[in-house]
Amino acid sequence: MFESAALRTRRKIRDCVAQGLIYLAVMLVSLVFFWLLVDLARGGMTHLSWAFLTESPRDAGRAGGIASILVSTLLILLVALVAAIPLAWSTAILLAELVPAESSFGRSVRFSLHVLAGVPSIVFGLFGNAFFSIYLGLGFSILSGGLTLACMLLPILTSTAEAGLRAVPDSYRLSAAALGLSRTAALTHLILPAAAPALAAGLLIGIGRALAETAALLFTSGYVDRMPGSLLDSGRALALHIFDLSMNVPGGDESAYASALMLVILLLCINILAMKLAYGLQRKKIMT
Amino acid sequence: MNDDPDAFTLGPLQAGPPCCEPQPLIQVRNLTLHYDGKTALDNVSLDIYKGCITALIGPSGCGKTSFLSAINRMTDLIPCCGIDGRILVDNQDIHHRDCDVQALRRRIGMVFQKPAPFPLSIRRNIALPLNEHGVTQKKEVAAITETVLRDVGLWGEVCDRLDASALSLSGGQQQRLCIARALALNPEILLMDEPCSALDPIASGVVEDLICRLQGRYTIVIVTHNLAQARRIANYAAFFWVRERTGQLVEFGRCRHIFESPREALTAAYVNGARG
Repeated sequence: MFESAALRTRRKIRDCVAQGLIYLAVMLVSLVFFWLLVDLARGGMTHLSWAFLTESPRDAGRAGGIASILVSTLLILLVALVAAIPLAWSTAILLAELVPAESSFGRSVRFSLHVLAGVPSIVFGLFGNAFFSIYLGLGFSILSGGLTLACMLLPILTSTAEAGLRAVPDSYRLSAAALGLSRTAALTHLILPAAAPALAAGLLIGIGRALAETAALLFTSGYVDRMPGSLLDSGRALALHIFDLSMNVPGGDESAYASALMLVILLLCINILAMKLAYGLQRKKIMT
Repeated sequence: MNDDPDAFTLGPLQAGPPCCEPQPLIQVRNLTLHYDGKTALDNVSLDIYKGCITALIGPSGCGKTSFLSAINRMTDLIPCCGIDGRILVDNQDIHHRDCDVQALRRRIGMVFQKPAPFPLSIRRNIALPLNEHGVTQKKEVAAITETVLRDVGLWGEVCDRLDASALSLSGGQQQRLCIARALALNPEILLMDEPCSALDPIASGVVEDLICRLQGRYTIVIVTHNLAQARRIANYAAFFWVRERTGQLVEFGRCRHIFESPREALTAAYVNGARG
């Protein structure tokens, strides 16, 4: 109870050092993010304009804008999400709600998802090329690119959704059952809305990964920077465009910077939108 | 409807009919319950009488909650749980394959130890189960909501904020909302699993008064660790004990007999505080 002054000072110093190290780590992480943003903004701001967003690329991307690239990117993303979300979320519901956690079926599905999550994206690209482009005859198209991305998103969307559903307190399930509610009613009215923020967070990670994907799309959605006429046309994704401009096109650095800045802005916008939607859904459930 | 927000539609305290001629509503015969092959409750037979409050008492792990959960087949939700023996509600076997579990749980309401309102508005907490059981007319739902909230003495406290989240209520209010939610489905039987144990003494007293008020209109089975509470509110008491990790029914009878002149020495030791 009555400890010496020296001991007290030593303890104080230890606390201060530990706290200082933690703050330092946080500062370093934030610094990397801000450095990246500032660098992108400095290099890309001068080139970014309304015309850049609405014109198609000319001279291999050195001149013109990124209108067709943006359209292709969003179409690929749309195809990927439309294909992946129903499959992933149904699988998550099966794993979290219908199958006992320790069953061999659940464990084997989870194991295969873990393996799928660890597969390098270039392998997905080759698989997509062999299966969607050649075997199913979809060729180099937005459709085969989107479906390949969907395969990549499946493990992320499934595992985040499963974790979100498992985090919903069991008391909701028990109370719902005790009131004679069907499983479907409990799921749609209680469990899914309660898990909405987790579902949205998983979706954001998935969208981030899909927007950043280059290797898998190289072999599937192709390289053509024209405005796509349909889902069966080839289309160049934004990340691929940045890669091409910075690696293969001399004098394309400015456009690459502006495109990268656009990609980050797009990601931020989608982030904010998804957060708002998830929050809105929860509010709506409480108010009605 | 009465204009006074604090008026109880069930009448004054302890207005239930006396249980002088008991009629069995639930008949449990040779009920044995296993978890993963290990027997948790061994060969229990007893009758639960219509309109009465039956208290289940005994130390932790003696199978009181398992017994309670078997009555509305909540044990179905536990994958490793097996049941032998019969439970008859109104002379109908609840484990018969023609028995509709959802209809059974509508007849037999349940209130849990920890208040578990849904993360919805107060109004929606009561409307959701009603909607799911086919009561969709807005006027009817509103009328039932008011009646049951009055029944649990919550109307005066929440009538001006029915659209607020149920999670904003205090623990005692949440528990009364859960009871109201169960009453909204107009059950015959109410199962209560230590409904006061997570509440402070004042909230606990309010819920206890409420349970007394429900006597007569509903058949109530209540698990409680609070012997004084069991003595105050129950008409019948069942004393469970655990031997070699297996729960057994030691004695069942009128509450007064169990507490004042038990047949078994073990019961006497437990209710007098010498054992348990």
